[in-house]
Amino acid sequence: MMASSYNAKDEDGHLPGSVGSGGPGAVKSKKPDNTAFKQQRLPAWQPILTAGTVLPAFFMIGLIFIPIGIGLLVTSNNIKEFEIDYTGVDMSSPCFSCSQNYSWNSTSACTCSVPFTLDQPFESNVFMYYGLSNFYQNHRRYVKSRDDSQLNGDKSSLLNPSKECEPYRTSDKKSIAPCGAIANSLFNDTLELFYNHPNGSKITIHLEKTGIAWWTDKHVKFRNPGGNNNNLSSVFRDTSKPVNWHKPVYELDPSDPDNNGFVNEDFIVWMRTAALPTFRKLYRIIQKKKDNMTPTLPPGNYSLEVTYNYPVRSFDGRKRMILSTISWMGGKNPFLGIAYITVGSVCFFLGVVLLIIHHKYGNRNNSADIPN
Amino acid sequence: TKLNFSSALEEERHVRANDRDYNERFSYADNRIKTAKYNVFTFLPINLFEQFQRFANAYFLVLLILQLIPEISSLSWFTTIVPLVLVLAITAVKDATDDYFRHKSDQQVNTRQSQVLIKGKLQNEKWMNVRVGDIIKLENNQFVAADLLLLSSSEPYGLCYIETAELDGETNLKVRQALTVTSDLGDDVAKLADFSGEVICEPPNNKLDKFTGTLCWKDNKYSLDNEKMLLRGCVLRNTEWCFGLVIFAGLQTKLMQNCGRTKFKRTSIDKLMNTLVLWIFGFLICMGIILAIGNTIWEQKVGSDFWEYLQWKELTINAVFSGFLTFWSYIIILNTVVPISLYVSVEVLRLGHSYFINWDRRMYYSRKDTPAEARTTTLNEELGQVEFIFSDKTGTLTQNIMVFNKCSINGKTYGDVYDEFGHKVDITEKTPCVDFSFNPLMDRKFRFHDSSLVEAIKLEEPLVQEFFRLLALCHTIMPEERNEGELVYQAQSPDEGALVTAARNFGFVFRSRTPETITLYEMGQAVTYQLLAILDFNNVRKRMSVIVRNPKGQLKLYSKGADTILFDRLDPSNEELMFTTSEHLNEFAGEGLRTLALAYKDLDEDVFDEWMKKLLFASTALDNREEKLGALYEEIEQGMLLLGATAIEDKLQEGVPETIACLTLANIKIWVLTGDKLETAMNIGYSCNMLRDDMNTVFIISGHTMLEVQQELSKDKFSSGLDMEKTELYSSDSVFEETIIAEYALIINGHSLAHALEADLEQILVDVACLCKTVICCRVTPLQKALVVELIKRHKRAVTLAIGDGANDVSMIKTAHIGVGISGQEGMQAVLASDYSFAQFRYLQRLLLVHGRWSYHRMCNFLCYFFYKNFAFTLVHFWYGFLCGFSAQTVYDQWFITLFNIVYTSLPVLAMGLFDQDVNEQYSLRFPNLYRPGQLNQLFNKRKFFTCTLQGVCTSFILFFIPYGAFMTAVRDDGAHISDQQTFAVTIATSLVIVVSVQIGLDTNYWTAVNHFFIWGSLAVYFAILFAMHSDGIFTIFPNQFPFIGTARNSLNQKIVWLVILLTTVVCIMPMVAVRFIKADLYPTQTDKVRLLQQATRKQGPQEQNLRRVRRTSSRRSAYAFAHQQGYGELITSGKNMKVPTSSTSTYPLSSPTRGLTGTSSASICKCFRHQKH
Repeated sequence: MMASSYNAKDEDGHLPGSVGSGGPGAVKSKKPDNTAFKQQRLPAWQPILTAGTVLPAFFMIGLIFIPIGIGLLVTSNNIKEFEIDYTGVDMSSPCFSCSQNYSWNSTSACTCSVPFTLDQPFESNVFMYYGLSNFYQNHRRYVKSRDDSQLNGDKSSLLNPSKECEPYRTSDKKSIAPCGAIANSLFNDTLELFYNHPNGSKITIHLEKTGIAWWTDKHVKFRNPGGNNNNLSSVFRDTSKPVNWHKPVYELDPSDPDNNGFVNEDFIVWMRTAALPTFRKLYRIIQKKKDNMTPTLPPGNYSLEVTYNYPVRSFDGRKRMILSTISWMGGKNPFLGIAYITVGSVCFFLGVVLLIIHHKYGNRNNSADIPN
Repeated sequence: TKLNFSSALEEERHVRANDRDYNERFSYADNRIKTAKYNVFTFLPINLFEQFQRFANAYFLVLLILQLIPEISSLSWFTTIVPLVLVLAITAVKDATDDYFRHKSDQQVNTRQSQVLIKGKLQNEKWMNVRVGDIIKLENNQFVAADLLLLSSSEPYGLCYIETAELDGETNLKVRQALTVTSDLGDDVAKLADFSGEVICEPPNNKLDKFTGTLCWKDNKYSLDNEKMLLRGCVLRNTEWCFGLVIFAGLQTKLMQNCGRTKFKRTSIDKLMNTLVLWIFGFLICMGIILAIGNTIWEQKVGSDFWEYLQWKELTINAVFSGFLTFWSYIIILNTVVPISLYVSVEVLRLGHSYFINWDRRMYYSRKDTPAEARTTTLNEELGQVEFIFSDKTGTLTQNIMVFNKCSINGKTYGDVYDEFGHKVDITEKTPCVDFSFNPLMDRKFRFHDSSLVEAIKLEEPLVQEFFRLLALCHTIMPEERNEGELVYQAQSPDEGALVTAARNFGFVFRSRTPETITLYEMGQAVTYQLLAILDFNNVRKRMSVIVRNPKGQLKLYSKGADTILFDRLDPSNEELMFTTSEHLNEFAGEGLRTLALAYKDLDEDVFDEWMKKLLFASTALDNREEKLGALYEEIEQGMLLLGATAIEDKLQEGVPETIACLTLANIKIWVLTGDKLETAMNIGYSCNMLRDDMNTVFIISGHTMLEVQQELSKDKFSSGLDMEKTELYSSDSVFEETIIAEYALIINGHSLAHALEADLEQILVDVACLCKTVICCRVTPLQKALVVELIKRHKRAVTLAIGDGANDVSMIKTAHIGVGISGQEGMQAVLASDYSFAQFRYLQRLLLVHGRWSYHRMCNFLCYFFYKNFAFTLVHFWYGFLCGFSAQTVYDQWFITLFNIVYTSLPVLAMGLFDQDVNEQYSLRFPNLYRPGQLNQLFNKRKFFTCTLQGVCTSFILFFIPYGAFMTAVRDDGAHISDQQTFAVTIATSLVIVVSVQIGLDTNYWTAVNHFFIWGSLAVYFAILFAMHSDGIFTIFPNQFPFIGTARNSLNQKIVWLVILLTTVVCIMPMVAVRFIKADLYPTQTDKVRLLQQATRKQGPQEQNLRRVRRTSSRRSAYAFAHQQGYGELITSGKNMKVPTSSTSTYPLSSPTRGLTGTSSASICKCFRHQKH
C-alpha cells in the first residue's frame, strides 16, 4: 500500500489491456518512444579536466613549443636582411632635396642615389621590398575605393566604374581606369641597385620584375579588358588615367605585354592592400647566380638609385628599401620564435605550478565527502 | 458575434428569460471562450508588430536602415537582413503553431453540446451558441456550460447536487435549491418556454461564493443568492436533470473571471538577458564614442595630412562630422556583440528542452496513457531555479480516495501481510486480495489483504462483529440503492464512506435508514436497529455516538472519535487494552494513516430513560442549548469499553512523500494551499512527511480578526524566539537558515490568511512563513492561492512553482512563475492554464531535478559561451580601429561576419545547449542538492557575464595582436608579401573559428555523436565555405562581392600562417584550462564532485544503483479521521431529508426483515442534505 520509492521499471510495464494487440479498437498509446535520443541516453564521451589530463597537456605544449620557438628563432636569425630608409628626412640624406621639392604635380623627375654597404653576403635569391610607414592602406574609405570588376577586365565597368571609386571615379568626363584611391596612389618610385665593385666599376644588378604577385591575382583576379592583346591603348581609349599618374595604365610596362595594363605586377602588388599602416611590399627579385659559387649579393658597397616620385613627407611617412633572403618560414620574423619560446616556457612553468598546487592542496579523492 | 468588453462599466445586469431580443440589447458576452491571439488574416501584421516591439528586433531594423546609408555603411546590408529574416520567420512559425493549438482547445470547449430551449423546443446547441437568457437543460454528470440560475430539477423541492471540484477543489457534493416558484415548472418544456422572469443582478465578478440578485416574475420579486446558482465548471451529480437560466456566459462566468488574465511569463534569465543586452548596448555606444573620438583626432592629426591619397568626396567635410559618421559605422560593425541569433538560439534550445520533457518515458503515466507535456516552451530553465512549490492537496498530493487500511480489534492488529517466515511483506499491486465473494452485497472496489480478519469474522468472534457493527451503525451516511444490491453511500466525508464500506465488505452491510431505524444485513441476515439518539460530531467533541436498541432489545451506545478524547472516557478496566491499542495507534499514525478509536457501552434501560428525558428537556431549551446538550452527551459517554481502532489511508498519489522529501533535500520549500479543512490538511501534512513530531512547534493561525491574526503571528514569533534568530539570520549565510527553520511549521486558515495578506501584516507573514519548514494554508479560495503566490513572488524574489489539478488552482497556476497541471483527471482547466502538465505529482521531482536542472545548466552554459564568442568575435574590430585610422574597416571578410554566428558557430553551441549533461539523471536525483546552484543563480548572473565577456575581450585581444606581431614583417616562403589585409582577415578568422570550437569543446561535458558531428562539421564547413568563397569560379560570377579570391589558398598553404593560428589558439585556450582546473581542484563544486564520482563508477562498471529510500519517521499525533463540521444527526432524526421512494425501488433479494418493518420505509432513499447552517 505504501508507494515504493521511485523505480523506473515499474512504469515500463504496460498495464494489461492498455496496449491491446490486434484488438480492432486498439488505440495507439501515447507512450513516448524508447529511443536513446528521446530519452537523452545517447552514448557520450564525458571528459573531465583532471590532473591526469591537464598537467600532461601543459607539459606537452611546453615541450613542443620551446623547440619550435628555438627553430623559428634560429631560422629567423639566419635570414639576412638589410633595410635602408631613403625618405630623405635628414638634411644629410641624399634624397633630402627630392623629398622637399617633390609633389604629385611636378613634372620633372627627381633622382637621388643612396649608398650603402652590405657586410655579409646574401646567398640564394634575394628579395627587394619597398616599405612604407604611416601609410593607411587599411583605411576603410581607401580599401573600398576600387572596382574589382573593372580590374577583372569587365568592359562595362571599365567605362562606368563603381561608385565606390569616388572621388577617383571620373576625370575630364571620362572614367578613370583603374579607378579609385588605391590605384590612384600607386607607388611609383623607381628603385635601381648598383654594386660598386672594389675595382671602381659600377655593376647594375639585374632586378626581376615579374613573379612578385600572387599567381591567382595575376591570372584570375586581374585581367585586361579584351584579353592580353598588344593593343591596350585602344582598349583604354575612352578612359582617363588616374589623376596622380604620369602615364596611363597601358604604359606601365610597354616592354612586356604580359606585365602591362591591369596585369602589371607592380600594380597588382600595390592593389593587394596592406593590413597595417606600416608594411612592405615585394618590389623586385634578384635571382641567384647560376654558378652557385659567388653569392647573389657579395658584401661590399652598393648604391640605390631612386627616381623619387612618391611624396610621403606630407603625412610623415617613411619609405624604405629592404633586401632580404628567405627561408621555409618566409622572411625574418623574430616575433614568432620568441613568442613560441615564451608561450612554451610559460606553459611548462604553469604545468609545474599546477602540479605543485595539485599535490599540496588538491582534492584527489573528493567524491567521498559529498553531503546530501 | 462581438465580444463585450464593457463589463467593467456594467453596473447591473438585466436578463430576461427566453427573450433573446431583449437581452441582446445589452450585448453581454456570449458563451464562446477565446484564448487564441490571431486569426489567419491578422496573424502577419499583429505578429510582426509584436516582434518589432521586442527591443532586439527593433534594434536590428534600425541597424538595417543605417546600413543603407553609404557614408556610414561599413558592411553590406545582407549581413543584417539574412539573420533578421531568419529570426522573424522562426519566431513567426512558432507563434503560429502555438496559436493553432490554442484555437484547437478553444474549439473543443466551444463545441461541447448542450440542450437549449429555443422556440419552445429543446435543441442541441454548441456551447458557444448559448446566450445569456437562454434556458438550458443539464443532465447528470454533465459540465455546467455557463453560470446558471437553477430553475427546476428532477429532485424534490428543486434540489440539485453539484460537484465543485473544478472551482474550489472540494469533491464533496454541494446542494443547490431552486426557488419554489420556478421549481414548480418541473420539466414541462412548454411552461419553461413561457417563463418570462427577469433577473436583475450584480455585474460579472470573480467571487465564487457570492451572488445577489432578484427575480421579477408575475409582478412578484424573489431574492436570489448563491444557493440558487450553478456555476460554469461544476458537474451535476445525482440529479437526473435540471433546468437553468443563463446569467453569465463565456468570459464573464465566474470561472473565467477567476482565471485571471493570462500573463506573459518570462524567466528570470530572460529578464537578466534583457538587462545584459541593454548593458551591452551601452557598452557598444561607449566603444562607438571612443572610436569616434579617435577618428576625429585621427582625421585632424593624420587624416588631413594623408589627404593626398585619401580624399573625401565633399571637400568641405570636417573631422568632427567624420567622427560622427564613424560612430554609426562602428555601431554597425560592432553590433554583433548583441547577437541577433542569441534570441533565436535561446528559443530553439527551449523548444528542444520542451520536447525532451514531452518525450520522457519516466514522466509517462501508463495507467492513464498520459505523457508529460510542456505546454509553454519559454520557461524551461526556470525549472532549474525553483525555490517555492505551492501545491494543491486534493487530486495533487492525494488521490482523494480514502481506504480502510488497518485496524486494531481488541488488542490485535489486522491489515499487515506476513510471509511464511513471519516477516512483514510490502503490499503491492500484486499482493493477493481477500476474497469477499461470500458477501453478495460487497463493494467490488474494496481491497484488503489480510485474510485473518475475514477468518475472525467467519469465526464469529463477538468483538470483531461488534467492531464492524459499530462501523455500520455509527455514522450519518445516506444509502442509495437504485438497483438491487447496488448500494451507493452518500457520505459527508470520504472517511466515513471508507469505514462503512469496510463494514459492508466484512459482512455488516448498512442497507437503509429511516429517522427511527437503521437496517443492517449482518452476515446475510437483515437486522433492524432502533435509532434512539445521534450524539453528533462537532469540533469540540471530536467524536460521535449513536444509541440504538438492537433486535434483542438491548440498549447500546456506539462511539467513535479521536483517540485522545475516547481514551479519557473509557472504563478503568480497559487500561491494558488501551495501552495496546495506543501502541497500535502510534504505529498506524507513523505510517501516515488517519486513525479513529472505537468504543461501545451497554446502557441500562432506566439510566437511559432518565437521560432521554433530560435530553428532550435540553433540546427544547431556549438558551445555551448547545452547551446543555454537550454536557448531557458527555454524561452518557462515560465508562465506555474500547473496541479498537481503525486506520484509514488518505491515499496519496504514488511516491508523494518520497518526492517531497527529495525536493526538500533540494532546498525547495513546499507550501500546501488547499481549500480543504484544517484537520484534513494537517493529516496530509503528516502523511507526506511535511509535518513531523520532531518539529519544535507547529503554529496554527486561525484568528478571525486582523488583530487576532497579528497577535497570533507575532506571538508565535516571540514564543519561539524566532525574532532573535531572524536578526541573526539576516546577517548570516543561508546554510545557517536551513538549520534554524528545520524545526517549525505554520498552518494558517483562509480567514486568517485574508487578514494576514493585508498590507500591514504581509511582511510579518512572509517572515514567519519563510522561517518555517512547512507551510500549510487551508480553507483558501482560489484567489487567495494566487495572492499567496504573488506575495512570495514580490517579497522573496524567488522562483515559484504552483501545481494543481482543478479549476480552483488556475489562478495560482497562472500567477506562479511556473504552473504545473495534473493531467489525466476529469477537468482540464488546470492543465489548460498550466505551463507543464503530467499525470502524477511525483514526476515533479524529475521535472525539476532532472529536466529543470539540465535546462538551467545548458542555458547558462549556452549564454556564457554565446557572449564569450561574440565578444571575442567582435572586439577584434575595436583593436583594429587603432591601426586603421578608426575608419570602421572590418577585420574580416563581410561574408564571414554574416555567416559566423548563423553557420560556423551556431550548431556546436546548440548541440551543447540541447544535449549537455553535466551529471546524468541518476546522479541528479541521487544528489538533490545539485539543484542548489540554480536557486542561487550561480551559473549565470551578472558576475558570470562579466567573466565570460572579459574572457571574450581577452581572446579578441590575443586574436588580434598575435597575428599583428607576426605579420609586421612576415613574407611568404616565396618572398611575396603576406601581410595584406585579406590574409590577415583569413588568419584571424580561422584562428577565431578554431579557438571558439576548442572552447565549446571544453564547455561540452557530454560529447554525443551529434556534438562530434556539429563541432567537427562546423570546422569542415568553415573551411569548405572559405575555399568556395575564395575560389575562382564564384569570383568570375560576382567579382565585386567576392574580392577575396585566392586568399585562402595563398595564405593557408603557408607554414607561418598555421604557426600563428596554433600559437593564437594555445594562448587563448590554455589560461582558461588552467583556471578551470585550479578551480575544480581546489574548490570543487558539488557538481564537480559528483562528476568525478560518476566517472569513477563508470570506470568500475555498472554497479547496483541503490536509490536512497526515504526514511519515514514515525510520528504520533492526536488524529481523528473525520474532520467534518457539525454532522447531520439532527437532520436524520427529523427525517427532513428523506424522500418517499417510488415503488420500483423497493424489492429485496434477501429474506424479509425480522421486526415487521415494511420494505417501503427501509428502502427510503435518502439524500444527504448538505446546505446546513454554515
